[in-house]
Amino acid sequence: MIEFETPKPIQMANTALETVAINMMRTKSRYFDEHEHEIPWDYINFMHMAMRQTGAGSLAPEEKKKETPDGKERPRIGYQQLAFMLEMLSWGDTGMYLVTPGGGLGAAAVEAAGTPEQKLKFLARFRTEKPTFGAMAMTESNAGSDTASIRATAVLDKEKNEWILNGEKIFVTAGHKSLMESDGFVVVWASIDTSAGRAGMRSFVVPAKTPGVTVSKLEHKLGIRASDTASIVLQDARVPFDHILGSTEVIKEPTTKGFKGAMATFDATRPLVAAMAIGVARAALETLKEMLESQGVELRYGLPRQKMTAIEREVIDMEVLLRSAWLLVIKAVWMADNRRANSKEASMCKLRAGDIVTKITQRTVEILGPLGFSREYLLEKWFRDAKISDIYEGTGQINRLVVARQILGYSGRDLR
Amino acid sequence: MYSFDPTDEQQMLIDAIQRYAINDLRAKAHDADEEGELPPSLIEKGWELGFLQASIPEQYGGFGERSAVTGVLAAEEMAYGDMAGTLAVMVPGLFALPISMVGSEAQKNEFLPKIAEAEWMPYTAAIIEPHFDFDPNALWTIAKLDGDGYIISGEKTYVPFAPEAEALLIYAQLDGQTQGFIVKKATPGLEIVERQKTLGLYSLPIYKVNLKDVRIPKENRLGGVEGHDFAPLLASMQLALAAVAIGMSRAALDYAIEYAKDREVFGVKVAQKQAIAFMLAEMATEIEAIRLLTWEAAWMMDTGKPEAINHAYLSWTGTIDMAMMVTDRAVQTLGGHGYIREHPVELWMRNGRGIAMLNGLAII
Repeated sequence: MIEFETPKPIQMANTALETVAINMMRTKSRYFDEHEHEIPWDYINFMHMAMRQTGAGSLAPEEKKKETPDGKERPRIGYQQLAFMLEMLSWGDTGMYLVTPGGGLGAAAVEAAGTPEQKLKFLARFRTEKPTFGAMAMTESNAGSDTASIRATAVLDKEKNEWILNGEKIFVTAGHKSLMESDGFVVVWASIDTSAGRAGMRSFVVPAKTPGVTVSKLEHKLGIRASDTASIVLQDARVPFDHILGSTEVIKEPTTKGFKGAMATFDATRPLVAAMAIGVARAALETLKEMLESQGVELRYGLPRQKMTAIEREVIDMEVLLRSAWLLVIKAVWMADNRRANSKEASMCKLRAGDIVTKITQRTVEILGPLGFSREYLLEKWFRDAKISDIYEGTGQINRLVVARQILGYSGRDLR
Repeated sequence: MYSFDPTDEQQMLIDAIQRYAINDLRAKAHDADEEGELPPSLIEKGWELGFLQASIPEQYGGFGERSAVTGVLAAEEMAYGDMAGTLAVMVPGLFALPISMVGSEAQKNEFLPKIAEAEWMPYTAAIIEPHFDFDPNALWTIAKLDGDGYIISGEKTYVPFAPEAEALLIYAQLDGQTQGFIVKKATPGLEIVERQKTLGLYSLPIYKVNLKDVRIPKENRLGGVEGHDFAPLLASMQLALAAVAIGMSRAALDYAIEYAKDREVFGVKVAQKQAIAFMLAEMATEIEAIRLLTWEAAWMMDTGKPEAINHAYLSWTGTIDMAMMVTDRAVQTLGGHGYIREHPVELWMRNGRGIAMLNGLAII
């Protein structure tokens, strides 16, 4: 049956998250935007404590279905919960959301590609007393979306049964916090056979304090300045054999299973990144409406377009874009919760959210004129924060490629 | 909870309508458009699917209960075949559904069994008016209380099957509110003027209707002497048109995909060019987004959420742009061939433009 009722536990959590967003994020948004690379420890410590108590926040929710008292299985809503949480916290401040402690994309990769033993071994650290971070390192200076061109290497030292990693990674979200500010880890993508292209790609858990691993640079960015974006150099960095993610079979066979593991991670994480974009877009649109109202502008609903003012038409069009994009996100995470293949829907919601958040934040700044452009308000900040949504976790173009292949029934070879 | 799966019953209905949409409506759409006429047997067959009857309660001769979600799914699927044919099949509903939703007991008893049990009967409705800023909430057609009845004057256009209609539901402004009035055939002052020719929908017979001091008894006001709330009716009209737009856009996308996978250019299929493939991906995304928006609004209506009214409006607004974007790009994907009337995409593009101004020609 077609239904659009937000599950009760999500509604309850949302109320609490909204309080956090208003009191701990919005109040600090401007400060951490203007003090790039300062770490919002108050927010981090609070969230760590709160999430330890509730168990919320992991980018890869638990597998098991919970049982109700009468023995029936409850439907899984883990990814839906996350989408709502990320939307609300990004409505607060998306840059600060990105420094929320927990495994982040690193843990999501372990969840998607790791064995049960690896999950136990690597994910426990996020539940300890101190806030701990995880990150994923895939991009290199010459390999962004074209991940098959990754040059970082992993060579097995058979005597010591260790992998030796070499290479340089860029654009690692929370890379600095994972390696330097906590006992976290970075999941590094590297090739065990550079001649094999994608078939040689594997992912490795590289923990903090691993000798040979350094953070070489912190980027200065257009937006999301509260979030650290690190470059990481691996110079003969050694990790134990079992830090390669996946079963032994995956490890040995020259197949693209390793690469597909990375792509499976994206099916889970793209809708979540899209949810963050929706939060920013909602913040901008709500603020626009409030500011217009305070300036005495009335917004009339229900009119045919011929009778609307230009501003009414803009606002109503933006409401359509925002709500419909959000529903795409919900459908994609609902499919993930129900273990249905959702590559198409994940990419659809990601590309749509990237489109609408850039459009909405650009339009809101324009409509408010000198107020929109002013740093007295947060609209100009959201305009800057928004753009990353159309870039990271697969650019809008990469996601169009994924959707196109799906609807056309084409492989990567058919449609390059 | 969220769920995006239709029920088994809904799926059966969708499947049945889909067969009719493709094998009958689509198969006849081109010739019907060229000839300006839908074969009566075609409409009859659509009527026999029993969709309207399933929206009328048993006590009034139907066999179901109205559901906006089911209505949206059904309208969407039928419009996948042909928009004009879909609107034609829905015409009796323009009269029957408002009566079923907000009509008085006497009105329900008088009309619903007749419509539910009869052969396809052209009861119809008149809401659209011939001025650029036509607004269902601010009609120029005026109704005035006069003794024991109402007097209605004004001009209507785009009234489907008006000459054959046994009765028309005419919307007019009464004291600043939009209200429906049941006007029977041959009431003095009711004039069916000429058939209208439009950008799209060539095969749907639509007429101009003038009302000059048309006098009707008080109890012919929709809902009886107390009248009715117009908002849920307008929302149902908007949802229906939105669903039609979605069905037609899905058809245009599928046609464009099939063509693009078949057509060779520079030694590959044209779909293998990113310029085309990205257009198609954006069309698919647009349709899926606006479809969910419409489904949600329909669900809100079925569950009695007050925001249903506003969301139905947003859905319809969304489909205005979706229909134009998708059908325009479908023509573009076919290039010169898209402009030729042998392919249906130019028809869909002409019909697609109508979503902005045809509010009231469909209801679920």
